[in-house]
Amino acid sequence: MHELAITEGVVEAVTERLPDARITCVRLEIGALSGVVADSVRFCFDLVTEGTNLEGARLEIAETAGRCRCRACGGDFEPDGPIPICPCGSADYTVLSGQEFKIASVQCQPGGTTPPDPPAKVA
Amino acid sequence: MCATCGCSGTAVVRLFHEHESHEHADHGHESHEHESHEHRSPGTERTVQLQQKVLAKNDRLAGANRDWLRQRNVLAINLMSSPGAGKTTLLERTAAGLAGQVSISVIEGDQAAALDATRIRAAGCRVVQINTGVGCHLDAEMVAEALRVLDPPGGSVVVIENVGNLVCPALFDLGEQARVVLASVTEGADKPVKYPHMFRQADLVLVTKTDLLPYVDFDAERHAADVRSLSPGALLLPLSATTGAGMRDWYDWLRRRAPAPPE
Repeated sequence: MHELAITEGVVEAVTERLPDARITCVRLEIGALSGVVADSVRFCFDLVTEGTNLEGARLEIAETAGRCRCRACGGDFEPDGPIPICPCGSADYTVLSGQEFKIASVQCQPGGTTPPDPPAKVA
Repeated sequence: MCATCGCSGTAVVRLFHEHESHEHADHGHESHEHESHEHRSPGTERTVQLQQKVLAKNDRLAGANRDWLRQRNVLAINLMSSPGAGKTTLLERTAAGLAGQVSISVIEGDQAAALDATRIRAAGCRVVQINTGVGCHLDAEMVAEALRVLDPPGGSVVVIENVGNLVCPALFDLGEQARVVLASVTEGADKPVKYPHMFRQADLVLVTKTDLLPYVDFDAERHAADVRSLSPGALLLPLSATTGAGMRDWYDWLRRRAPAPPE
């Protein structure tokens, strides 16, 4: 049930960036290999946004496919299932994409302030 | 509760603590001045591109933990498994087996109780207990606080015994330098296939309770093949903390990574 904590992370991130805005829509991108279940995030969203400036916001989730590169044959393939296997039969691969889990954009009512720059990366 | 910014009680202090325009520690709602907000003024809605990783904050704090540990010359290991796979028993045995060679302290993560911390302390290690309440995993913020309390000496090893769970802890970087996953033979050989995210992250997989192999149906070859396919770089070591079989290989792995003690 880490989707509960993760959905709280969505609210926290949006609230930090746009503390004064009334959010009407949140757009997420969830990769097929991210380990996050989109339906669970949907389930938690209303619960977690209650009483915040995201309350009542629409949730849109784009589920993106995974992409792997086979170390044996060098080819790229889209995994089918939790354990990626290359069509050549090899299970030795690197994940190219599909592990991302991010907030793509939000829609908000007018007013409020411009979002500050994201926090500086820790060196 | 303030209907617009949502501030109320401790939860909001947590949500807003990096938001400088509010002084949440002090303000009472009676005196909350809202003039500075622009609330629901007319106009059209706007879209703000964020392109931000949801776990960015945890990853940032984990990075800070990692820097802190490096500066202190401390090795941190994130020890993960399902409940009952033998994490605490492994640590008890390890504390005894490496006594006088490697200085080990432990951060214990459980939803409730301090039973494991009591066992670890009895084995001679310094230990800090984190109770996550309803939480199903440790995160970097909890570990940062635990590290401050634990105050591990330079040249030592900190083992973070995560909440017993093969799902959620896989997603949360704690700032550790190595991830060790335990898989007990009594759980069955199908766990890597069922919980691929956990095993994909592992640097070392310890197959525990091997003394029980004669009594259970555990296909070690299939298990090893599935672990290798998920994490080609992971090392697999079978052991029994009860009989001591295989413990030497685990000690060697740990000794190789342990930082040199201060002169």
